[in-house]
Amino acid sequence: MLSYKAIYVIIIREFKRFFRQRGRLLVTISRPLLWIFIVGAGFTSMVNMPSDISYKQFILPGIIGMTILFSSIFSTISVVWDREFGFLREMLVAPISRLTIVLGKLLSGTALSVFQGMILLFVSPLLGFSLSINQFAAMLLLIMLLSLAITAMGLVIASYLTSLEGFNVIMNFIVLPMFFLSGALYPVNKLPLMLQYLTFINPLSYGIDAFKHVLLVSMPPPLGAEFPLIFDIGAILAFSLIMTLLAGLSFERKG
Amino acid sequence: MSIIQVQNLVKKYNGITAVNGISFEVRQGELFGFLGPNGAGKTTTINILCTLLSATDGTAIVNGYDCKKKSSDVRASIGLVFQETTLDNDLTAYENLKFHCYLYNMKRKETEERIKEVLQVVELYDRKDDLVRRFSGGMKRRLEIVRGLLHRPKVLFLDEPTLGLDPQTRMNIWAFIDNLRRKEGITVFMTTHYMDEAEVCSRIAIIDHGNIIACGTPDELKKKIRGDTVYIKTSDDAKAFDEIERGFDIRAARLKDGIALNVESGEKFIPKIFEALTTEILSINLKKPTLDDVFINLTGREIREDNNNKGSELFRIRKRG
Repeated sequence: MLSYKAIYVIIIREFKRFFRQRGRLLVTISRPLLWIFIVGAGFTSMVNMPSDISYKQFILPGIIGMTILFSSIFSTISVVWDREFGFLREMLVAPISRLTIVLGKLLSGTALSVFQGMILLFVSPLLGFSLSINQFAAMLLLIMLLSLAITAMGLVIASYLTSLEGFNVIMNFIVLPMFFLSGALYPVNKLPLMLQYLTFINPLSYGIDAFKHVLLVSMPPPLGAEFPLIFDIGAILAFSLIMTLLAGLSFERKG
Repeated sequence: MSIIQVQNLVKKYNGITAVNGISFEVRQGELFGFLGPNGAGKTTTINILCTLLSATDGTAIVNGYDCKKKSSDVRASIGLVFQETTLDNDLTAYENLKFHCYLYNMKRKETEERIKEVLQVVELYDRKDDLVRRFSGGMKRRLEIVRGLLHRPKVLFLDEPTLGLDPQTRMNIWAFIDNLRRKEGITVFMTTHYMDEAEVCSRIAIIDHGNIIACGTPDELKKKIRGDTVYIKTSDDAKAFDEIERGFDIRAARLKDGIALNVESGEKFIPKIFEALTTEILSINLKKPTLDDVFINLTGREIREDNNNKGSELFRIRKRG
């Protein structure tokens, strides 16, 4: 049913493309830094942080979440890209199952997001975070989990996109709202109740909340984590599972 | 032995019948041509044979496997070259081929040798590490065709393999395909709407409006047209056509530019028409039958007169793909 060789080569291809399209690597590194150093610096002077961390430090978990969100969605757009430029047919007529293609895309998108999230983690000492090995390991696991969830969601979306033009719509109506309603830039419990409901169905909220458990250890809510860690992990896992199933189904049906 | 067997194949899309109950067989080792104007049902048929579409009715068997029930076995036995390019521009020629080998689960040792072999055949071996992005249209086509052959398929499907290429490249591609077929001993199934290209085929099926209207070797088909074809151009084709219809008992067809007449003996007919027509004759041309004439004879029109279906057909595939 599954062809591991095919999954492997699909992953290799995505990584090759990632490093060949130089702009992508540059964006990956510069976008989070822009947020932290420019937006972060801007708000630091305005926001009165109630305790001993700076605003820059407060948004680090959120910016890692944002990096994963953007890179996962962008990776899954490669499905639309492949469809538009015909390459998807090369895969569809090969003697491999649709599930193999979905898993290949899922794992490659996840791996790329983990890679980009980890880059950011490596620069975190520059922001005054000193991470222990344990924190580092915990972050790695959580980043993997969140990357999987968002990539799976991206695949479901991509299976419905027939052209690259739809990407802007997705950016505006799904990706950006997810980012703003995730607790990345401000604690969500200060939002109006209607918007708070939206944060509850947003998988990114739980991912970022989990990151806060690790990175903002001693911080009480609302600045620190709000939910128990185990609850965050459960929510992301459930979300990944549902989205992976949906992605598998929509590809089986549509090709 | 027949490597492709198609019986009463029907495909309907939202109420439109694209393929209307066709039947044909392709023998092992043949270069089989599927001819017809755009929108006649060629691409639909190919897509059913390579399991990208499922038929509404009828059966299609490739290499002994039913296209509906054994799609994976069918896919492993065929190679496919599409109308539009399906190469990854951001990978090198070598990487594109290697990707294919992995998808088809080829053995690692065989992979290297085979890639080298096929790249040498198309004289792209010294360009193997260049990004496909930098290749010309003809080079991409050659690369795609040999990619379809990497896993040693029993049947190679080519959907309009020379579409959009210049005449010289087209000729080279044909010589190359014919050569490959002899060397690799595989069956080639291809579609085209260039009648002159179909002359190289061992056998041809002509399809129009979803029906096969003729099938046979190019010579057999040409023999069906008795006599000669005379092409005339006049100062007023509409009027001349009228006069011919009234004055002669022969088959005539209006072309985009001129009139085609099917007569028993061209030499005897030409003096007669000069006498009979009041319209001024600008030029007159006597030709031994070609496949173009076969198509005109069967359908009363030229094969390439309607090019506007193209877009919708492409669109349909893209949506599927």
